[in-house]
Amino acid sequence: MEVLRITTSGSVDDGKSTLIGRLLYDTHSIPQDKMEALHAASKRKGLDFTDLSLLTDGLVAEREQGITIDVAHIYFSTPTRKYIIADTPGHIEYTRNMVTGASNAQVSLILIDARKGIVEQTYRHFFIASLLRIPYLVVCVNKMDLVEYSEARFNQIVEDFQALIASATFKAPSIKFVPISSLYGENVAARSEKISWYSGDSLLEYLEQITFDHADNSHPSRFKVQSVIRPKTEAYHDFRGFAGKVVSGHFNIGDEIISLPSQQKSRIKTIEQFETQLATAEARQSVVITLEDEIDTSRGSMFSKPENAPALLKEISAQVCWMDQQKLVPGKTYLLQHGINRVKAKVQQIQHVIDVTSNKIVEDKKELGLNDIGKITVKLAHPIFADSYDANPANGAFILIDEFSNSTVAVGFVD
Amino acid sequence: MTNKIQWEFPQALEDEAIYILRETAAQFERPAILFSGGKDSITIVRLAQKAFYPGKVPFPLLHIDTGHNFPETIQFRDWLVESLGLDLIVRNVQDSIDQGKVQEETGKYASRNALQTVTLLDAIEELKFDACIGGARRDEEKARAKERIFSVRDEFGQWNAKMQRPELFDMLNGKIHLGENVRVFPISNWTELDVWNYIRRENLQIPSIYFSHEREIIERDGMYWPYSPFLNTTEEEVPFRQKVRFRTVGDMTCTAAVISEADKLEDIIGEILEAKISERGARIDDKRSEAAMEKRKQAGYF
Repeated sequence: MEVLRITTSGSVDDGKSTLIGRLLYDTHSIPQDKMEALHAASKRKGLDFTDLSLLTDGLVAEREQGITIDVAHIYFSTPTRKYIIADTPGHIEYTRNMVTGASNAQVSLILIDARKGIVEQTYRHFFIASLLRIPYLVVCVNKMDLVEYSEARFNQIVEDFQALIASATFKAPSIKFVPISSLYGENVAARSEKISWYSGDSLLEYLEQITFDHADNSHPSRFKVQSVIRPKTEAYHDFRGFAGKVVSGHFNIGDEIISLPSQQKSRIKTIEQFETQLATAEARQSVVITLEDEIDTSRGSMFSKPENAPALLKEISAQVCWMDQQKLVPGKTYLLQHGINRVKAKVQQIQHVIDVTSNKIVEDKKELGLNDIGKITVKLAHPIFADSYDANPANGAFILIDEFSNSTVAVGFVD
Repeated sequence: MTNKIQWEFPQALEDEAIYILRETAAQFERPAILFSGGKDSITIVRLAQKAFYPGKVPFPLLHIDTGHNFPETIQFRDWLVESLGLDLIVRNVQDSIDQGKVQEETGKYASRNALQTVTLLDAIEELKFDACIGGARRDEEKARAKERIFSVRDEFGQWNAKMQRPELFDMLNGKIHLGENVRVFPISNWTELDVWNYIRRENLQIPSIYFSHEREIIERDGMYWPYSPFLNTTEEEVPFRQKVRFRTVGDMTCTAAVISEADKLEDIIGEILEAKISERGARIDDKRSEAAMEKRKQAGYF
């Protein structure tokens, strides 16, 4: 069974909570007692229907109390797959949460209120989905019931959104528009009869059909070594296995590999997953690889195919999203963590800061504070084996750690 | 949507958990698995076994024994440790009571559940653990939905929800100051159903109390409590025998039973799924719905 990770973001009143509640309800993911509590709470509020938005009430309460708004994780499954929704608030002051929530997502779900059309937040969501190179973009035009299920209104919004996409540097390979009413469940799980002019899939039908390329053929093969397993027991006296994760691409038995940073080559002898022997290790799998030869490899090494090994970078230029209260201090030494490797890093220069809403460079601003996104150059004490985020997202991101507070202060995307 | 039964375990969850456990072994000096004998910690042990195979599990198990455990759980714990060749460290709540660090609760709801935190924190300090691996899941309740995979605790073991580190992609930042420690939650993204499907797929042994068995129980507040010497009962609370099982495993004083005939994993998973289906409405009445029962238990429990 597959896991599909979705990121969604929005404000209190755009119907996002109702949509998530509706997805849970229609997939029978709400326990009976919770449902009863919802009925009762809705009645108390004087509503004659069950307000599904109350399910994600946690976030609303948080906002009222003024405490940190965070990423909430919501789970539901269908017979086809398991879904994980990372739900974040959409205001500008939560940009860092939006980036965090989006970092593991394959699908970005953008909600647009049919009455309001494209608003400031839409630009921001789209910018972050583009920044993170999220492959699937689903635009739900919600509250269709409040515009009398108007086809013209829907088409207008689609047209406006297409214009927005045209101006972007990155275009998601798949973009889908769905007219929905989350309040009445129109086109959420089941297709709507009221929106008869729309013959496409409902939101859930569309999500169910998203396919996965497990071999990850479009990206170069990368494997990060987390540890060396040497049991030194009688049965496994000479066993030397490299436990780690396939970052991207895939590896087969017999493949020639090069190990970085030692640059030594060997061939894959076995790929193991506990007691099972595999022929292939695919992207995101955790496996143990053994090699034909003894080569210099330890925690932090990376395997790739010799013909497309990543460059060893000692200076990088990258987009970053700053996530800490304390501003970036140019010239200060931070720890840069790329994958599982940490190296000392000095920010040379802040090149520019971007306005997330207009996608334009902010004139005269040369500092990065909480929630700011901009471009920096960084000098590293040791090389990292990164790809550009554009070419291979799974091997192109890093975080910056403050050496004194140990906090994660930024996420970066290698140019 | 159909109600086809969801039996399949999502493999991506195991890959993710193994990656996290390997990072834990590498980033910390003295990690330990917090072991309760429940299904979630049994799952963690299995994942650790698979993550480092054919090497040994590089973590000891730490069990905080309240003294009020089900005897079946303790038996199971000892069997598991023996059969997998694991290291087990036990610290007792009774010792914390004897040292005057905590006080035994009184009254009919008396439980040692809250007392174990002190024993745990003392054990972490004594044994200098810098990472404790737990089986908590984000789907369990709202506060846990916000937990990080690497969750930093201060010297007093406190979790500061406002000061959490953002976790991006799969990059885990386990850097801490002296005296701090990290709670690690490798199965954060699993649901109850995922855990059961995993136990089934891996053919794991679990304590017998998870399966239907006859036991002496009392009824209190609409829940079925296991009758034991640790439970303070009133005169009206007369024990009777009933076929039950437990959906979660805690102390005998704070874990309620559900009436069930499920004596196989398939039946248990079926019960969980059925409880889900009943959520739509009136198919199964409330009294027979174990989901509602469990949630009530939790409401009293937390």
